[in-house]
Amino acid sequence: MVTQITSFGRSGLYDWMMQRISAVVLSLYTVFIIGYLLLHPDLTFDQWSALFETTWVRIFSLMMLLSIGMHSWIGLWSVSTDYIKPTGIRFFFQALCGLLMFVYIVWGIQVLWGL
Amino acid sequence: MLVSIYRYNPEVDDAPYMKDYQIDLPEGKDLMVLDVLNLLKAQDPSISYRRSCREGVCGSDGMNMSGKNGLACITTVSEAAKNGKLVLRPLPGLPVIRDLVVDMGQFYKQYEKIRPFLINDTPVPAIERLQSPEEREKLDGLYECILCACCSTACPSFWWNPDKFVGPSGLLQAYRFLADSRDTATQERLGELDDPFSVFRCHGIMNCVNVCPKGLNPTKAIGNIRTMLLQRAT
Ligand code: SF4
Ligand code: SF4
Ligand code: FES
Repeated sequence: MVTQITSFGRSGLYDWMMQRISAVVLSLYTVFIIGYLLLHPDLTFDQWSALFETTWVRIFSLMMLLSIGMHSWIGLWSVSTDYIKPTGIRFFFQALCGLLMFVYIVWGIQVLWGL
Repeated sequence: MLVSIYRYNPEVDDAPYMKDYQIDLPEGKDLMVLDVLNLLKAQDPSISYRRSCREGVCGSDGMNMSGKNGLACITTVSEAAKNGKLVLRPLPGLPVIRDLVVDMGQFYKQYEKIRPFLINDTPVPAIERLQSPEEREKLDGLYECILCACCSTACPSFWWNPDKFVGPSGLLQAYRFLADSRDTATQERLGELDDPFSVFRCHGIMNCVNVCPKGLNPTKAIGNIRTMLLQRAT
């Protein structure tokens, strides 16, 4: 899914923008989670799961997941086109990255929604 | 003074090697690296390198001096030598033709790609296309480039993808024509740059700025191109 949107010779600007936007989402999410943990030093499991029951946290978390997928895909795609010259190995590496991103996202959704 | 020079003559050598030369430099005078090369050439006429203007104008003697790209004719020995030793290598990343002479084909191909000439399809005026002083000012820091390739061959992104990434020098020139009020092909030019490689392989490492013997700033020009692409897309 993610692999279709980016980096297959479409727009470099689009990739670049996605990279910046996802970076912002990821840093905001990091700040949010660290901040929350600092504010709740004696965190209980109930509190923690209640946090992830709220809709906005779920939306935020999903955004974070998609951002991770996109960010790492664009980043690793760039790295692979820089350093892996044989097409076969590069394709294999990219396919592996794409698959991994996909697995993480689906898995993450499952965790979030407790499906 | 010890001078170590990259030697490679594909007709006789199997592989490149470094050759050391000992040379006495005149006292109380800071020679340019090119002067040292000229002295060495008297000693060993087989040493090959390019040079022409010997004053930093033609851009032909770009080379790697003790690890840093620059023009041999305007770099002093004291600047270039490290621990009393001067190490001269060809510009990195380009195929070596012989000794310090590299094949600039790839570099020029990228330059050609950005169409380094004014494109204007409006009727030709009787005398000339006028530009206000403010419009002209926008070209400062861009038109001075002498195409020495010191920047592009210092850029890792250019090393890895010299066929797809335009490189700092080409992009500086691309922006020079994007910024020119007399050029009417701005949109077309931007369209040609909007792929994942041409511009966006620049990761802002700024090696290019660090080495440009003309003190130009390709990274800034690349940033400006990006902004133009962004404005065009939104
Ligand atoms: S700033 Fe960009 S163009 Fe300049 S050396 Fe770095 S990657 Fe290359
Ligand atoms: S920008 Fe500077 S280093 Fe690069 S080609 Fe032009 S003059 Fe040489
Ligand atoms: S010889 Fe012309 S720039 Fe050095």
